[in-house]
Amino acid sequence: MRRSPVRRPPGRRPSTRPSWLERPRPLTQAAKAVALAVVVLLVCVPFLVIVSTSLASTDEVVANGGWVLWPTDPSLKAYRDILDGGIVTHALGVSVGVTVVGTLLSLLCTVTLAYALARPGVFGGRPVLLLVLFTFLFPPGMIPSFLLVKELGLLDSYASLVLPVLVNVFNLVVLRGFFQGIPDELYEAARLDGAGDLRVLVSVVLPLSKAALAVVGLFYAVAYWNSWFYASLYLESDHWPLQQVLRTYVVAGSGLTDATTGEGTVTAPQTVQMAVLVIATVPILLIYPFLQKYFTKGVLTGAIKS
Amino acid sequence: MLPGLAYFLLFHYGALVGNVIAFKEYVPFDGLWGSPWTGGGNFQRMFEDTAFWDSVLNTVWIAVLQLVFYFPVPLGLALLLHSLTWSSVRRFVQSVAYLPHFISWVIVVALFQQLLGDTGLLNSGLDGMGLHTVDIIGNPDAFKPLVVAQVIWKDAGWGTIIFLAALAQVDEQQYEAAAIDGAGPWRRFWHVTLPAVRPVIVLLLIMRLGDILSVGFEQMLLQRDAVGPEASEIIDTFVYYRGIVGGDYGFAAAAGLFKGVVGALLVYAANKVAHRLGEQGVYK
Repeated sequence: MRRSPVRRPPGRRPSTRPSWLERPRPLTQAAKAVALAVVVLLVCVPFLVIVSTSLASTDEVVANGGWVLWPTDPSLKAYRDILDGGIVTHALGVSVGVTVVGTLLSLLCTVTLAYALARPGVFGGRPVLLLVLFTFLFPPGMIPSFLLVKELGLLDSYASLVLPVLVNVFNLVVLRGFFQGIPDELYEAARLDGAGDLRVLVSVVLPLSKAALAVVGLFYAVAYWNSWFYASLYLESDHWPLQQVLRTYVVAGSGLTDATTGEGTVTAPQTVQMAVLVIATVPILLIYPFLQKYFTKGVLTGAIKS
Repeated sequence: MLPGLAYFLLFHYGALVGNVIAFKEYVPFDGLWGSPWTGGGNFQRMFEDTAFWDSVLNTVWIAVLQLVFYFPVPLGLALLLHSLTWSSVRRFVQSVAYLPHFISWVIVVALFQQLLGDTGLLNSGLDGMGLHTVDIIGNPDAFKPLVVAQVIWKDAGWGTIIFLAALAQVDEQQYEAAAIDGAGPWRRFWHVTLPAVRPVIVLLLIMRLGDILSVGFEQMLLQRDAVGPEASEIIDTFVYYRGIVGGDYGFAAAAGLFKGVVGALLVYAANKVAHRLGEQGVYK
């Protein structure tokens, strides 16, 4: 949490310690430092091991008992192997496509619905809000949802990964809360200038809501990127996204070759498994730093307003 | 608002209506509406099924373990982070701690396999020191502590957000006033910091209690093969295996409906308790 910026005399260390707060005892400080270091290491070491192992040679990994902390002779061979147009390349394409299309569609539906529910006096606003919130309390259940997708003829189509999870109630509530926080005067001013609902939404509301849109967009993108259960439920293996490939070849340990050529069930070498893991994680690591600053703000609007 | 509304009507209320399958015997050829009614037959079978009750027991057991061992961690971490005055360190640790929340369960499970599995980091370490290796991943007895550890790794950092928000709302002047009145760090913690997070603690506790029939479905499903159903079957995986894998749709839908109804009642009751305690509750 950022405190309100305090002007401090130039040349002082960037610390916000107020004058009344005494410096903690060395023992307390040491304990805190250890605790923080443990937290950071617990998160970072697993990732380091994965990346290192994916860069090592197969021989080195075997000699070391399955993993490497610091490869002696790093190479990108594992990455070349899996990105050579095989099942992983295809799955990567599917994941990227579903994530991009899904996120855009979800944002479109969530924004329009949230905007309608945020404005007072929209016809049917209150019943629709209750209707939506009720689904949060009482989700329909796995079997009926599955049968619905089946009866709609969506089995084995990419639409089955997007349509059943198009709008997330939490994200909707976050956006609605944010829209409600925009001062009424702005809406009225736009109204007076003759702008219709759509116009107000596009040229007044959305530019003011970048933080909330960024957070909700990230939540959707991460959900689509990470989802594997619907893929395992609805899709045949030649349409699999990356997470389902990961599940099959890394978690369940099936042979990587047997889906591509139909023969041979040799478990993929450790380096290749780790490389798939890295590829599945990297997009999240890439967008994370850019959006991280919006988290608190975006999440809080939702938490407080609901 | 139409596209979003259409989504809710079709995929939530449409599916909700589909719950009638719980009172039918599903015949794929006849479809949802043509299948014959069985009345409460599916429910009767379910209540007599010991495997169903085992899955209920596992679900509640895992939820309780999470409550005891996971719940305090984000709170402690938030208090620790809040006590740091060096804001760049605080922000760095926060960024690192939030990260695992965005990693999929598939990757988290794969990570744990690589680190704690029979050829993983831990065991090659133990082996290297000439000690006995331990099988954590495939051991049914170790499964419940393992899944709680996974939840802590994945979500404890993210869980601090809401506590940190509550802590940030405390007026600095309260601390200052307490300090001037002669309150030491512990007294300030007790009289200023704790009251600030108390409503959040109560709220989250109640939500967790209302949600006790839901523990990570993907997490359990991914690891069920390694340890077997005795240790890992929860209501959701039970529904999945009986219905989608086993094809007994009516029966599985009955189990799902049971979970939905009991879950909704629990959330409702928990919210009532929250209001009774003078807290804001989850809704309204």
